[in-house]
Formats: sequence, C-alpha cells, structure tokens
Amino acid sequence: MTPGEVAVSVRSVTVSYREHIALRDVSLDIRRGDFCGIIGPNGAGKTTLLTVINGLGHIHSGTVRIMGEPATRANFGRLRRRIGYVAQQERVDPRVPISCLEAVLVGRCGRAGLLRRLDDNDRTRARQMMELTRTSHLAARPVGHLSGGEARKIALARALVQEPEILLLDEPTSNLDPRAVRELSELVVDAYRRFNLTVVMVTHQLDHLPPVANRIIMVKDTRITHVGDRTALNDARLIAELFADAA
Amino acid sequence: MPPEFIVLWRPLVAAVLGGLVCGVVGVWVVMMNIPFVGVAMSHAAFAGAVTGLLLGINPLVTAAVFCIAASLLIGPVAERADLEPNVSLGIIFSVVLGFAFLAIGLMRGPRSDALSLIWGSILLVSSRDLMLMAVATGAVLLFLGLFYKEVQAVLYNREIARAVGIPERALFFAMLVLCGLSVTANLSTIGGLLIFSLIVNPPSAAYQLTYRLKTMYLLSALFGVLSCLVGLLVSWLTDAPAGAVIIITSSAVFGICLLLSPKRRKLVS
Repeated sequence: MTPGEVAVSVRSVTVSYREHIALRDVSLDIRRGDFCGIIGPNGAGKTTLLTVINGLGHIHSGTVRIMGEPATRANFGRLRRRIGYVAQQERVDPRVPISCLEAVLVGRCGRAGLLRRLDDNDRTRARQMMELTRTSHLAARPVGHLSGGEARKIALARALVQEPEILLLDEPTSNLDPRAVRELSELVVDAYRRFNLTVVMVTHQLDHLPPVANRIIMVKDTRITHVGDRTALNDARLIAELFADAA
Repeated sequence: MPPEFIVLWRPLVAAVLGGLVCGVVGVWVVMMNIPFVGVAMSHAAFAGAVTGLLLGINPLVTAAVFCIAASLLIGPVAERADLEPNVSLGIIFSVVLGFAFLAIGLMRGPRSDALSLIWGSILLVSSRDLMLMAVATGAVLLFLGLFYKEVQAVLYNREIARAVGIPERALFFAMLVLCGLSVTANLSTIGGLLIFSLIVNPPSAAYQLTYRLKTMYLLSALFGVLSCLVGLLVSWLTDAPAGAVIIITSSAVFGICLLLSPKRRKLVS
C-alpha cells in the first residue's frame, strides 16, 4: 500500500455486548500513514472502536476492511498479524512464569504461524525492539513483575516485533507519571516514523496526544461526533461539547 | 525376571505415565487459574463411568465421552453466558454430579465397581488402562511439542494471544479437552476424586522453585512421577491405598518446595 491509501475502512458498524450497544452505526476511513487520536469521555466507545479494527470487538452489523481486504471471522486472525495492539491494562498474572523477552516474542507467534518454532531471527528482532523501547535490561525479568511504565513499554515492544502496518494504542499513557508519559510518547512517535506505521491512539487526556497526531476522531455516547485535523483540539466549543454531560 | 517385577511393571509404567501427564496438564490448570477443572473433569469421568456400568457399556468409554463432552462445554458455556471459566466449571460440575448420583441411585446390586473409580487402584491396572494412559500422555506431549509457543502465549494472556493472530480459542478448548482426556485416562489408577490433587500439587510445587515455564513443566512432571512412584512403593510395602499415598506424597512435595522456595527469601539490605 502507498501513503494516502485507505488502511482501515469501517462502514455502518454497530457493536454490542449482549443487550448493551457499545458503538452505534459508525463509519470511518483511516489512511495509511495517519496518526489518529481517538478522544472522548469515559464510556463513549473509544476502546470499542479500536477493537473493531482488530476484530476483538463483537461486531453486530456493518463491514470492516483492513488494508483493502474485507475482514471476516475467518480471516481476522490472519489480518491481526499485521496489526499491533497495546491494550489499556493488560491483565498479566504476576505469577506467570514467562520472562519479558518471552512476552515480547509472543508478538512473533502469529506471524510465524502454527507448527513453526521461533528462530534466531525472531529472537534478534525481539531484542532489537526491546532496545528500541529501552527495555533490554528487563529481558530476563518475569513479565508479571513490572511497573506500569515498564509494562507499557514491553507491550509496545511486543506490538512492534509483529512488524505491524497498523499500531493500535489504547490509553497507553494513562496512570503514568509525567516523565513516563513523555518517554512513552517519544517511543511511539519514534516507532511511527521509523516503521512508517499507521497509528490509532485512544486517549481521554488531550495533552497526551503527540504533536504528530494529524487526525482527531471524537467519540461520544457510542457515536463518532467529529473527524478532522488536529486543529479540532484547539476548538474550545467542540471540546466542551465532547466532554459535556450526555443529554 | 523376578516375580515381584512381573507383578509391578504395569503399576510402575502407570505411575510414570500418570505422574507425567498430570504434571504437564497441571501447569496449564494452575497457570490459567482454573483448578476446579480437575474436580469437574474427574466427576464428569466418574459420572460417565457409573453411567457405563449402569448401561452395561465399558465404563472407560463412557467416562471418556462424558469427560470430553464436559471439556467441550466449559468454554462455550463461559463465553455464551458471559461467565468466568471457573463459574462455568461449577455449572458443569453440578450437572455431572447430578448424573453420577442418578446413575448410582438407579444401579442394582453392589456398587463397588462404581465406588472403586473414586479411589482408583494403581496396583490392579490393566493393559487396556495402560494403553489409554499412553495415548493420553502421548497426545498431551505431542500437542505441547507442536504448539509450545502458542500454549505459552495463551498462558500469558488470552486476549493478547488472540490479538497477535493466534487461534487462541481453538487452542484453549484443545487444552481443556486434553485435560479431560488425562483425567479419564487416570480414573481407574489414581481415582476420580484424588486426581484433582495430582493435577494441582506438582505444578504448584514446581512454581515455588522457578519463574521459567520450561523448568516448571519439567519439575511438575518430575514431581508428579515421583509422587506416583513413592505412593506406589509405600502402597506395595504397607497395603495402604495407593491413590491416597500418592496424594499425600504430592502434598508433602509441595510443602517442602514451599519451605525451600527461593521466592520466599527475604532481601538483605
């Protein structure tokens, strides 16, 4: 795909969890090379919109195309290999007997495919991504024994080791101290530029969106209320409406 | 060949196979935090075996059918009802327990055959039992060998495993089925009630000593085999029930590992 082509196309998608509708009749195009910020209040449907893109959400109706390919239940597994994902709070059992290097290598598993062992190239790639995310010193540490900031960086390394074309970040900077927020933002921007990624980042803290974010998607009450460039962040009326109490 | 060996070779092989397979699937059970799977599976196997006895069918066949059916239901029930797998296990457990009591209640004549499945009898293991144990052990080890990295990813975090493109759901269900098959295979040797301990104790003991998954598999299998061999020896020498001695040994191994665990050592400033 070339820059400017549509990387993600969402058409009339409704997502429901049992009787609860989490996202209602949403349509959206994300172009290759975009750095999209999805912003909105808690419970608006931001994370759900992210999980529509990697097929982890329960899509009730509508269609999704990833890199031009229609996403179906049958092929979403294969498409996910090209989509890196950093979940908001990855529930990792502190007891799990898996090192950070092994946790990063999990990102290679889908790409490697079933019945194929990970090789030296995979391990080299994992170590490179740990170096890039400044986590090399954590390689042997149990993955359940990390601080919040370290865990996010390991998750980012795992997503990058997939060699993704699209990187999905769900509140990657929430609950981190200002220094950790700055460091993680730098790492994300570095990866975005270095690997020519399409990035979709969910946040409810507008100042956590890096300056390279060129598209802003506002979500409120299960619907997309605005899509535009980053000047929207300076539109006091739009922001006030976005975070005002639901009617 | 000494006559003692001829008498004991089958129980010895059963001890090694049973300890090995329970040690390996136990790592999955403990790391996925679904210890109740042992209880539910063993009762499913028990219910199946009792139903088989009632209907005049080979109890191991019906035990396997019940066990595999139960393991296939755990995942879908949890997903469809939006419940934690442990709660789904509780529902499956109550269903199979109902079947077991119903079948026992409908049985005519002595129920000793049915009740013997609760305690098992490793000293009386048959060639057919050994064959089933070998199949279950082989299936578990083959699965682990073929899908080691995927199983590791599922144990790490199921959502992440799915997000990187691993068929996590199929693998999770396969692991549950293999747990069920392992329980069924050990029903007549270890016993339906006691096998739960053999699935939980060895991996819990192994976890006290390591943070590495490969080491945990090896230690857990070793502790499982050791518990079975010690239990078998003590039972042979003293006429004590083998299943009970196996479980007490595996519990003792856990206690020793807990005491010796480097994870419990205090940091010196």
